[in-house]
Amino acid sequence: MEHATTLDHTEDVYEPSLTPDSLGKLGMWVFLVGDTMSFGALLAAYAAIRAGAGAIGWVPPTEILGIELTAFMTFLLICSSVTMVKALESIQNGNVSRMCMFLGLTIGGGIIFLGLQAYEWYHLIHHGLTLTGIPDHGLSGAAISGSTLFGPTFYAITGFHGMHVTGGVIYLIVILIHGLRGRYTAEFNHEVEIVGLYWHFVDLIWIMVFTFIYLL
Amino acid sequence: MAQNGHKEHPKYMNIFWWLTGLTVLELLVVIPDFPTVVKAILLIGLACAKALLVANYFMHLKFEKRTLALIVLTPFIICVLLVFALMPDLTLDSRIEGATEPTTEVVDTSAH
Repeated sequence: MEHATTLDHTEDVYEPSLTPDSLGKLGMWVFLVGDTMSFGALLAAYAAIRAGAGAIGWVPPTEILGIELTAFMTFLLICSSVTMVKALESIQNGNVSRMCMFLGLTIGGGIIFLGLQAYEWYHLIHHGLTLTGIPDHGLSGAAISGSTLFGPTFYAITGFHGMHVTGGVIYLIVILIHGLRGRYTAEFNHEVEIVGLYWHFVDLIWIMVFTFIYLL
Repeated sequence: MAQNGHKEHPKYMNIFWWLTGLTVLELLVVIPDFPTVVKAILLIGLACAKALLVANYFMHLKFEKRTLALIVLTPFIICVLLVFALMPDLTLDSRIEGATEPTTEVVDTSAH
């Protein structure tokens, strides 16, 4: 009993001042800050390679990558972010079944996104965009010779993001199983908020990847 | 212990429409033949606006303590600095390219 009292006291002492409602939330934010550096370093390196290649030494991405499909994928992730916040809102109002429904929709959005990314990769590889080459139809010699890093940078950045989406889908499935078993209530739901932070981060990063890799 | 301090939810559907509208605007910027610099400024501006909406409202950063927001902002600033830090490497490349040209000329002269 005395031991339990000591633990409670310790918990009070180390209550995080930045996120007083949940220590786990602070942990997730710290992880996301580190992950931002990982994505940021990849995008910064990409920007430097692009700038180094010059205007004619790099194939315009819109000539190789289809932006219609990825625009739809962006819209899909935005929709899944909305269903994620709706799931949190539902459990904060004490509605467990509604939370589970919205979590299911979020997972569905993530799985469709991954399916579309797999389709896109298959299509691009089939048309010659590999780690060592690019499709050469109608492109100038300077663009082809200068764009040897087009494939590696594209697959590294979109692949790294895709792995995050995969991790997010698995994480959401775990939270959904907990939710179906009745773990969460209107008073206890910080785990749903934490998975939401991760999922919105994946959406936020895709917004950047879509702009830098596909549109610019 | 109460798990969530902010029970007042933002109007998520409004944020959704803003994000959708900004995505459509991005596609409209890509289609016309704008100068590259103008296009880049517009697209990066739109992407930052979308990222801010997601972080502030979906991730509730707007409702968290300001110090947390500043901590989260730090890696973005570092990444921008990283781009500028890599720039000397690019100018070094061009200097190396410039240095190889006279060497080639010397070889050509001796051949004659």
